[in-house]
Amino acid sequence: MGILIYGIINSIVFALIAMGFALVYGISRLPNFAHGAFYILAGFLTYTFLFGLGLNSPASIILSLIIIAGIGATVYRFLLIRIRGMEASEIIASLAIGFAIMEGLRFAGFRGKTYTLPVFLEGTVRIAGVPVDFQRLIIIGVGVVLIVVLWLFTHHTKVGLALRAMAQDEGAALMLGIDTDFAALIALASGSVLAGLAAIVILPLGNITVETGYDILINAIAVCIIGGLGSWVGAVLASFILGFAQMLTVYIVGAQWQMVVALMAIILILIARPSGLLARQKELEERV
Amino acid sequence: MLTQVGPRERRKERLDRGLKVRTEGIYALSSGKEALYLLAPRLTLILGLLVLPLLMPNLYWQRVICIMGVFALLSLAFDFLANYVGLICLGGALFMGVGGYIAGILNSLFGMPLVVTIPAATVTGAVFSTVLLSPCFPLRGIYFAIVTLMYPLAASRIIEALDIFGGTEGMAGLDTLPNIWFASYSIIPVLLVSLFALRRLVTEDIGLVLRGLKDNDQAAKASGISITRYKAYSTFIASAIGCFSGAYLAHLYGWAGISLFALDFSILPIAASVIGGMGTLVGPVLGAFILIPLTELLRELGTLRIVLYSLLLAGFIVFKPEGLMTYAQRKYHQFEHWVEV
Repeated sequence: MGILIYGIINSIVFALIAMGFALVYGISRLPNFAHGAFYILAGFLTYTFLFGLGLNSPASIILSLIIIAGIGATVYRFLLIRIRGMEASEIIASLAIGFAIMEGLRFAGFRGKTYTLPVFLEGTVRIAGVPVDFQRLIIIGVGVVLIVVLWLFTHHTKVGLALRAMAQDEGAALMLGIDTDFAALIALASGSVLAGLAAIVILPLGNITVETGYDILINAIAVCIIGGLGSWVGAVLASFILGFAQMLTVYIVGAQWQMVVALMAIILILIARPSGLLARQKELEERV
Repeated sequence: MLTQVGPRERRKERLDRGLKVRTEGIYALSSGKEALYLLAPRLTLILGLLVLPLLMPNLYWQRVICIMGVFALLSLAFDFLANYVGLICLGGALFMGVGGYIAGILNSLFGMPLVVTIPAATVTGAVFSTVLLSPCFPLRGIYFAIVTLMYPLAASRIIEALDIFGGTEGMAGLDTLPNIWFASYSIIPVLLVSLFALRRLVTEDIGLVLRGLKDNDQAAKASGISITRYKAYSTFIASAIGCFSGAYLAHLYGWAGISLFALDFSILPIAASVIGGMGTLVGPVLGAFILIPLTELLRELGTLRIVLYSLLLAGFIVFKPEGLMTYAQRKYHQFEHWVEV
């Protein structure tokens, strides 16, 4: 029972982490390798607002999300927009930006002592005999709400439909009067907000360290590859697979194997089904 | 290059120098000047590299030269894979680690001397890396990049988790290279040979096939060319270069450990290639010879260095994607002047 409940929590954590990456790639075909950096930056921003400037938590959360969105938009508008469609350049440039942010944070003094965000609500409840703290319940809540909201947004609002149109065929979208550059800007900004939101909900469970950023990036990519890049249902499914696989590894083998499982899963999936679990034929052609 | 000047428009016109056309277009040299035109850049590079260790003031900088050689080799391998085969390998550290660990195991467990371990690590390491990467051969573009980025990370995690080969401590007390002259004059010839060999390789038939894979692998497949086989060949070449650097570095330090899988070995070569000029093969070497001394000079800045590099890298790839070498080549081969349109 414990495995089941914590497996679900772990899976939602994966889904939260991957959502931003999946959104950006799904819409603008831009692999945002700075995803982990945005995640960790949001954590440190919130920490600074909370303890450095002494703001209350809603204010600091909203403020740091706005800043993260701004950074994402700026990075796209002034750097990435110039190299869209050139895969190698996109990867290298976004990875470099991510490095700059993460090592910049390290230089700014966020290392050595432990930084941690406060949990939203203290206390635990027992679900079917297993103690679960409120923060983890909040993660589940936020995760599920975000998945639903994103689905509604992309399927039932004008902007969302425009974004999906662009994901399917950028040329045609452009012809029908959708400003694809603006749409990609929105995608990167909202992807950054999603990364930030994930950071603010998940980070209270542990310490904020710069190294987390790399793990986050890897996990996000693992989920997206396994689910099939660009397929959102696939991403959710993949986060459940990875979440449970990792939980079981921790229970059966040991915690140090966690990261190895993510990598092994990717390699196995790539050998067995190169286009990911739920990707369509078109994506298969693009990749293989 | 269009610039608006007042009401008129001006355009920069570039023309090949007559000398270039004469020497490269017609395959017969008729004057010493033409021979010099062809030889000067090559000789500058070769002699420059050979003389470089002699010019260094002290042991510390001579060691920096050796490390520069290591990074130059890695950059060369990255450039070859990325721009001639289309495999963006973000995991150069994998080759380093595999080479270094194999040399370390052969040396510390089996007591082999380093004249055996380095070549053995180069060959077996290259085979091993190629086999490790073989599941990724059907992939290209960002998929290949992502997966290769993860390999070195996973390798160090696996070594930590299994606690093999010295675990987190690594294997200390390996044989070190006998003296600094041996060290620098073993890596520089290797660097020169691999540079010129790769330059030759990419103009041969196989180079054409490889570029075909990069540009349109479906078309290459349709022409009856086995993508996987050629990707395996090129990965073998690149990883042999990388494994040599790894084994060499392990013996330079007398130590092989997890830090051979560190991200530096993946990122710095990419930065060097971008700054030096992607797709020129010489450019990455040049880039490494600019970046590594810079690293040493800026050592007291700590992690700020990496920030500066990353910004430099992002800046170059966005605003000056051609790199230094392409720029220099253009200046050497062509003259430019403004014409009114």
